[in-house]
Amino acid sequence: MNFDLDQDERALQSAIRDLCKGVFPMETVRGLESSGGISAETWQALEDAGVFSLRLPESEGGAGLGMTAAVIVFEELGRALVPGPLVGTHLAKTLGLNQARVTFANRNDLVISHLDSSDAVAVVDAEGIWLISQNAIAGEPVALPLDPLTPVSRVSSLPQGERVNEGADVSATRLEASALTAALLVGIASAETDLAVAYAKERQQFGRPIGSFQAVKHICADMLTRAEVARAAVYAAGVHLDGNGDGDTARAVTGAMLLASEAAFANGKACVQVHGGMGFTWEIDAHLYLKRAAALIALHGGADTYAEEMAAAL
Amino acid sequence: MDLRYSESDERFRAEVRAWLAEALPALPPKPGPHDWDARRAYDTTWQRMLFDAGYAGINWPSEYGGRGASPTEHLIFLEETERAGAPYVGVNFVGLLHAGPTLIAEATEEQKAAHLPRILRGEEVWCQGFSEPGAGSDLASLKTRAVLDGDHYVVNGQKIWTSFAHVADFGELLVRTDTDAPKHKGITWLILPMDTPGIEVRPLRTIAGSSEFSEVFFTDVRIPVENRVGAENDGWRVAMVTFSFERGTAFVGELVRSMKLVEELAELARKLPRGSGSAWDDDGVRRELGLIAAQLDGLWHLTKRTITESERTGVPGIGGSIFKLYYSEVRHHLGDLAMRILGTAALATEDEPAVDHVRGWIHAMSISIAAGTTQIQRNILSERVLGMPKEPS
Ligand SMILES: Cc1cc2nc3c(=O)[nH]c(=O)nc-3n(C[C@H](O)[C@H](O)[C@H](O)COP(=O)(O)OP(=O)(O)OC[C@H]3O[C@@H](n4cnc5c(N)ncnc54)[C@H](O)[C@@H]3O)c2cc1C
Repeated sequence: MNFDLDQDERALQSAIRDLCKGVFPMETVRGLESSGGISAETWQALEDAGVFSLRLPESEGGAGLGMTAAVIVFEELGRALVPGPLVGTHLAKTLGLNQARVTFANRNDLVISHLDSSDAVAVVDAEGIWLISQNAIAGEPVALPLDPLTPVSRVSSLPQGERVNEGADVSATRLEASALTAALLVGIASAETDLAVAYAKERQQFGRPIGSFQAVKHICADMLTRAEVARAAVYAAGVHLDGNGDGDTARAVTGAMLLASEAAFANGKACVQVHGGMGFTWEIDAHLYLKRAAALIALHGGADTYAEEMAAAL
Repeated sequence: MDLRYSESDERFRAEVRAWLAEALPALPPKPGPHDWDARRAYDTTWQRMLFDAGYAGINWPSEYGGRGASPTEHLIFLEETERAGAPYVGVNFVGLLHAGPTLIAEATEEQKAAHLPRILRGEEVWCQGFSEPGAGSDLASLKTRAVLDGDHYVVNGQKIWTSFAHVADFGELLVRTDTDAPKHKGITWLILPMDTPGIEVRPLRTIAGSSEFSEVFFTDVRIPVENRVGAENDGWRVAMVTFSFERGTAFVGELVRSMKLVEELAELARKLPRGSGSAWDDDGVRRELGLIAAQLDGLWHLTKRTITESERTGVPGIGGSIFKLYYSEVRHHLGDLAMRILGTAALATEDEPAVDHVRGWIHAMSISIAAGTTQIQRNILSERVLGMPKEPS
């Protein structure tokens, strides 16, 4: 048993963190709002870094890595608030589909994310994995999406689409989608903690930093705690999906998604609170993390679904 | 990262399991919660059985009679004993989990030889005399006074909340030896023989109805200087060593028990009638139980991260305080939910199905207080991990 990043995993983590610092500083991320969260260069940088292909064998242009590596990478993407249909595109690549960008949706969703910038929508339901070409969907873009960096469109219904899961394990794909989303959420939960702590150390009131008040310190300690426990669960989910776990894989993934959802959402709200009036401004990043968390959670079925799945396993 | 156990770890697990299957049926019946002499006898009998089988002091170094098991083997041992329903460490808690380890780290060879083998064999029960009426969270403000008189310290003062004091043979005692020095600099750590004249133990009744802890009064109690652990006035540092063990893996067994309790509560909720169905038909009940199960699983994963870290660095990292804080909250939630599910069944506290759940509900309230309250853990995390400004001290 070794439940700490090994040397290769550490190297991967710092490489992707450096990439995010270089390509996705917050000004750049914010600047992507006008183009639906994507630009040709930033997307290319993600492709070049192997974010989508890392689980393909080397013979097919991938890095031959597993889900453990993928959650480490996606945690960093979440921390940097990298926008775009990341989970759908990664899974599509892994399934051998050649669309450049694929967004993920639930069968009955009437609000679809990243529709305009994607080539296709992937739906994973009990029967299989379905691919619906973007131009087969009549979508109406929403002017003010909840997360300004996650554009959404209204649809009246989704066509059935073409079944693409020949040889693929549908339930495994669902679990992979959850684990990758949970990894993004854990990255967000950590970034929110860092942002709140940094502000609390700097902002002065009553002649001292607000971070010296327990009411503020204790909020931050809880943020740290939620993020750390969720991170352990998310890494465990990745390890289980690679067949190196010590328990039930579906349970590990479901639990990770539930804890990561809770952590990112609660930490986002706490981060706004710690910033006071500044936290309620568009200028401060706190709302962007919170809104991304809320969007990811909703797009992947909502925390209640995962709580029910955990309960069903009891 | 890899969560699979090695072959030798699995062999160790199988060996522990086989031994438990044989040993547990040989145990005498469990005594009632209020019969303390019987409880001491039961817990020390179990300790002797562990000793004879080579499992006593599982994580103590072998040169001091322990098994010298790796942190992973220690985890497996705690998991297997809890799963099998083996007795809890009970009155041996202080001796095995923090007094013994403190002696190993800080005591003289004579002190180690006098106590460690007896703790391992279940012949010596320890208690912890740290807290005082005026010194709880602010432990360093303690006032129990020790004055040197020849080759003895003469101790006067009072301790409180001393768990197992009424059945203990020895105690970890913190005393003030210098009243002029800053508060952290005038404290000394002593080995207290509980049969020394001048000690009076008055049991207190807890909210659980039992007498788990006591007040301890000291009137001219003479303790030999050779019972001092560490240097005079260096006791605060030694106490921090004690705390590092107390907050270490002490809660892992509890965690495994709570995971089992969640399963039992789900089963109970499916059986207990509510309206035309069962308590399980309530969305709120199911989802909260699902969340608690995920949180306990998360703590199990966190424990493995902590263990990997301590195998690499030799010291437990920040995992301890995070674990203690998060576990306390989840344990409260689990107890509260059990009370909601039980309804009036909770009022018959000694009956099935209430007994374990109601005890657990009450127990949760001590977890968030003892060994550093929830608020103190938040102070520790925000200051030592997040680097936020310090509390006045
Ligand atoms: C079941 C049980 C067993 C125990 N066993 C032992 C034992 O064997 N030996 C022993 O020595 N002690 C023992 N204790 C004592 C325990 O360590 C103390 O109760 C604990 O440290 C708190 O101290 P206190 O009771 O004086 O509470 P106080 O320190 O008075 O705290 C009261 C409240 O104020 C809060 N508070 C205090 N200071 C701060 C601060 N700086 N910031 C924010 N909030 C603060 C606390 O969180 C708490 O909510 C035991 C306690 C319990 C409940």
